[in-house]
Amino acid sequence: MHITVNGESKEFNQAEFSIADLLEEAEVDSPEMVSVQVNGSVIDRSHYADTTLKDDDEVDFLYFMGGGRR
Amino acid sequence: MIEFNEEQLQRYSRHILLADVGVEGQEKLCRAKVLIVGAGGLGAPVALYLAAAGVGTIGIADADSVEISNLQRQISHFHHNIGDAKVDSAREKILAINPEIKVNTYYEYLRADNIREIIRDYDFVVEGTDNFPTKFLVNDACIMEGIPFSHGGILRFDGQAMTVVPGKSACYRCVFREPPPPDAVPSCSQAGVLGAIAGMLGTIQAAEALKFITGAGELLTDTLLSFDARNMDFRKTRLHCQENCPICGKNPGIHELIDYEHGGCGIKSSKSVAA
Repeated sequence: MHITVNGESKEFNQAEFSIADLLEEAEVDSPEMVSVQVNGSVIDRSHYADTTLKDDDEVDFLYFMGGGRR
Repeated sequence: MIEFNEEQLQRYSRHILLADVGVEGQEKLCRAKVLIVGAGGLGAPVALYLAAAGVGTIGIADADSVEISNLQRQISHFHHNIGDAKVDSAREKILAINPEIKVNTYYEYLRADNIREIIRDYDFVVEGTDNFPTKFLVNDACIMEGIPFSHGGILRFDGQAMTVVPGKSACYRCVFREPPPPDAVPSCSQAGVLGAIAGMLGTIQAAEALKFITGAGELLTDTLLSFDARNMDFRKTRLHCQENCPICGKNPGIHELIDYEHGGCGIKSSKSVAA
């Protein structure tokens, strides 16, 4: 399966692949610090496990970033 | 119309020369009111550049005092300011650069019960705070008051910025629904940040404010600009207004501002996928 992750083209062998699987595959340590967008739609955090990805999906990991004041 | 005197014409000559700014744009800048939330790593360069640009009224909101650990990146605060309120230290530098600026200081935390009244006086807000409760508060208040703002965040070698024009572009909550759990968020003092990153991101935010006021160029609306300064990778992610956004969507569930519990800031790891 071909998925674009943060603009980078990636191939995966799995036939069934959820957002939760992708977060694990990409070794994202703190999924709670990432917002996930699939083809322009931001996915509700509670649906990471039951949202399956399709061939040619475009996924963006958008990281929470604080910083600045202190 | 503002009649610029000789000194002003010289001071702002490099703006006036710009086709996209010119005398008209400079007049808009001199009449504009911008509020900076957080006089830290991001707010410091923003304050200096807005002052230099001649933004007529600059508001600064921050409840902290200058500590020696701030001086590695918060460039509006000098060694002699240690112990001073950050808002006073920033005002001192703004006026040292440009004595014509009107500076309003808010030496207090912004909360659900005071933020709307404060931001209402401004044309644009620059949000450069270190914590998610305030980032969400600024977003929600700006959506409710219809005031455009720039979001900025930095951590380690990473930075991100987006500009929100209420009613026209995706908001912070469209992307980041609600604050992350406080225990998932490391404190800034644990995570660290390369000092110059604050300048990189702060000047991006200052440029957005100047562009908004003058109408020059295209804003970072519906766009998350993120960079990793380790390899100077810059990336723009296209964003979209989300119909189910709890504040700007079709059936918003948020009608009152929320004071979230305060945690720390930033991300734990971005490992193999760059932020």
